[in-house]
This record gives sequence, structure tokens and C-alpha cells, in this order.
Amino acid sequence: MNAPMTQPKIRVRGLKKYFGDKKVLDDVDIDIVAGTGLVVIGGSGSGKSVLIKSILGLVTPDSGVIEIDGIDVLKAPRAQARALRAQIGMLFQNGALFDSLPVWENVAFGLLAEKKIKRSQARAKAIEFLAQVGLADNVASLSPAELSGGMQKRVALARAIASAPAIMFFDEPTTGLDPIMGAVIDELIVDCVKRLGSTSIAITHDMASAVRIGDTAAMLYEGKITWTGKASDLLTSANPVVDQFTHGRAEGPIKMALRR
Amino acid sequence: MKAILNVIGHIGAVVLDALGLVGELAIFAGTGIGAIFRPPFYPRRIGAALMEIGFFSLPVVSLTALFTGMVLALQSYTGFSRFNAESAIASVVILSVTRELGPVLAGLMVSGRAGAAMAAELGTMRVTDQIDALSTLSTEPMQYLVAPRLLAGTIAMPLLVVIADILGVMGGFLVAWLKLGFNPNTYLINSFTNLRAEDVLSGLIKAAVFGFVIALMGCFNGYRSKGGAQGVGAATTSAVVSASILILALDYILTQLLFTAK
Repeated sequence: MNAPMTQPKIRVRGLKKYFGDKKVLDDVDIDIVAGTGLVVIGGSGSGKSVLIKSILGLVTPDSGVIEIDGIDVLKAPRAQARALRAQIGMLFQNGALFDSLPVWENVAFGLLAEKKIKRSQARAKAIEFLAQVGLADNVASLSPAELSGGMQKRVALARAIASAPAIMFFDEPTTGLDPIMGAVIDELIVDCVKRLGSTSIAITHDMASAVRIGDTAAMLYEGKITWTGKASDLLTSANPVVDQFTHGRAEGPIKMALRR
Repeated sequence: MKAILNVIGHIGAVVLDALGLVGELAIFAGTGIGAIFRPPFYPRRIGAALMEIGFFSLPVVSLTALFTGMVLALQSYTGFSRFNAESAIASVVILSVTRELGPVLAGLMVSGRAGAAMAAELGTMRVTDQIDALSTLSTEPMQYLVAPRLLAGTIAMPLLVVIADILGVMGGFLVAWLKLGFNPNTYLINSFTNLRAEDVLSGLIKAAVFGFVIALMGCFNGYRSKGGAQGVGAATTSAVVSASILILALDYILTQLLFTAK
């Protein structure tokens, strides 16, 4: 028997999701061991975001199992599922900072919502988290619209780590950033995840980023996981789908629909 | 035969879509109302929504009411003077403003200003993942974004209509006195002699319902918007158009319900 040695922190089995007639996720199986980082790669519209949104509870899958700490969040009572998902910190693709609030309130938002701190202490606490992502305290009073793309990503990362989440999701963390800023954000992600001992899932198109932040990797293609392995093996994989994708070749098994 | 079946099929699809939308709106409204009474409460958000819907709509509502009262006095004079019934103008102005024009015109103005702003803000939050971000930060979006606006709309509109009523009546009074040569004391006495508490109250009940509807349509359309800037624009248009139509339709229904012939 091949019984698993340890229970994965997140276990996904047979996950399916359709949008109308379009099959987005088709029998997706994933295991993520506690304290490790999984990187999911795949083309635009391959279902990467739907996968993590399903785990987060933002999208309801049509069928399948999503277990966090061995409990199926799709079948668990609402309060229990909510408590399990409260362990997850999320860095959204475009930061998703709240425009109407200053930076410090964005960072402390989760802490205030969970009543972990009083409002009078929130600003000082937010400045601590901003320092952890390399931002000075004078940023705290600015509005998100006054920040550059890289700074917005850092603020969003500070907000994601503020509640010390046991699980962290990163949705294309380097999209829209120059290569140097992308590398800086990756370093911050690795540092934060290591410091918190979190389990992480990142989805990305950026192969350099994937290798930097992932321990393991999975390729999502046509709604299925077509390859899994070490993140460091991504660029040398013999799998033709992974090989074409990671090297950005126009020719290969992946056919892109061209609009003429 | 096939063409007829196609037409029937299209009609059926449209009816099903419309019924689905009504069902979706009813569930959204029910969830929103439930969220008003369920902790945690967000007094800061309620205060901000009251300012947005009430305070910042004050100039446009005030000007609309003032000029409407003025026009009403002039037009009533044109008609009533043909029957030597000029003395009825004061009553017509005050009853029209308090029972009908105050709440309806304020509703339409607030819908165009605050309802559109709500739909645009929530729509932008939706397409930039800010609403999803709220969910990941232990915050229920319906409680944080929708409930405060529904509550603020229901509270702010009657307050706005009180001011609209006063300014509308004042507009009519100024025109009657300064333009039409009415005795100011007689005009005021005629105005308030025939005014009853239920006239004002029926207008305020309408205002509360309209305020709820404006906030509901603003939030509903914004909350479910998709597709970037174009989607947000469409949501904003839908919010204003649907709220305006609902205000006019509900105005008739409420007038019938609150109708008093005495």
C-alpha cells in the first residue's frame, strides 16, 4: 500500500469547474505538504486563478474535494470552513488594495476585522509590517493610488502577512513589474513564507519567479494537471507541454487560438 | 414553422433571464437586509454612506426642489387664474411638493448622483478583486459594503425630502409673493391650513422606500459587474435606469396604498 507518510496541508481531489459549456478545471488533484511552496504554471485562461479561488471559497466548484488540515471545506459547516479558510493570506495579482483607505489601514485591515488589535494600535503595527517588506513609515499615510506598481505589491504583501497566515496564496506576484522589482518581490515572498513557516501556492507565468519561490511545481493545461515535479526541474522537463510553455515556443502541443 | 419556434424560443429565453434577474435581486436584497441586523456593525461605513448619499446630495436636491416649487406656482397660476381659483395655488403647491414631487424628484436626483457613484465604486472594487480581498480578510462584503449603504439610503432620503419639501414650498411662496403679487401672509395661511400630517408622512414613507431602492440598485449592479471599465460603465447605467424606473413604478403603488381622498 502507498499510504501517505504525512497528511498534506491542502489536498485537492477530482476538482471540476465549468463556466457554461467551458470546462475550466477537469479532475484536478493536488497535494501540498505543510511548510512547502507549490507553483502552478499554465497559460492564460488555463484555470490557475479558478483553482486558488476555489480553495479560498471565492468560486464554488461543481464537484471534487478540497481538504485543509484533513477537513473537506466544501462539506464542512459554514463556520468551520470559514475558520479553516481564515488561515489563508492572499496576494492578489494587481494588489487589490482598497482605494478608499490609506496604506496603513489596508495593511491592518485583517487585524482590525479579526479584532486582534485596537484601532489606536493599528497604525504602529501596520508600520512594522511595512518595514518587513522594505517600505518606510512615510508610506503609511499615502493612498494606494499614490504608489508605484512595485510599492503596491509590497503593501499587498504586508497586508497578506499581517495575520501571520499558515497558508499563503500568490496570484501572479510579479506581473507588471520590471525584472529587478520582480526579483525583489520574490525574495520578500520567500523570506515571509520562511519566517512564518507557511504553506504556499503561487500561480505565475514568470519562469524565473516560479523557480525562485517554489519547492514543487505543477503544470495546468486544458483543465488538468499534466505535470508535477520539483520547481528547479521546470526548465529542464522533458514533458513536451512544459517544455514548450517554459521556453515560450510557438510550435508544440499547446495550440493557442489566434484571432484573425 | 421553424421561424415561429425561434421567436418563441427567444421570448422564452428573455423571460427566463428576466425572472432569473428578479430572483437574484430578491436574494441580494434579502441578504443585504439580513446583514443590516447581523454583527459586526460598521458605524464608520454607515457614517460615510450617510455623508455620500445625504450630505453631498443636498445641493442638487435643494436646487431641484426650489425651482420645481417656483415653476409649480407659475404653472398653477396659469391654469387656475382661468377659473378664478388663484387662492388654491398655495394648497396645490404644498400638497404636490410634500406628497409627490419632493420624494420623486429627490429620488431621481439621488439616483443619478449617489446611486451611480455606488455602482461605480462597487463595480470597480469587483473588477479589481477588492471585494474578493475583503473575503480573504475575514470580512463579509455584504456586511461591510452593502448593508451600510442600504441603511444609509433608507435614513438619508427622508431627511433630504424634509429639506426638499421646505425649499419647494419656499420656491412657490417666493414666486407667488414677488412675481404674482400674492399677499405673503394669506399665501402661507392657505398653504398650511390644508396641510395634514399624513401628507408629509406619506412623502417621507415614499422617500425611505426610494432611498432603499436607490442603494439596492446601486449595490446590486455594482456588486455583480464584470468585464473591466466597460462592465463598470454598464453597471452604473443600469443602476440609474433601474432605480429611476422603480421609483416611478413604486411611486404609483405607494400612492395607491397611502391614498386618502379626504
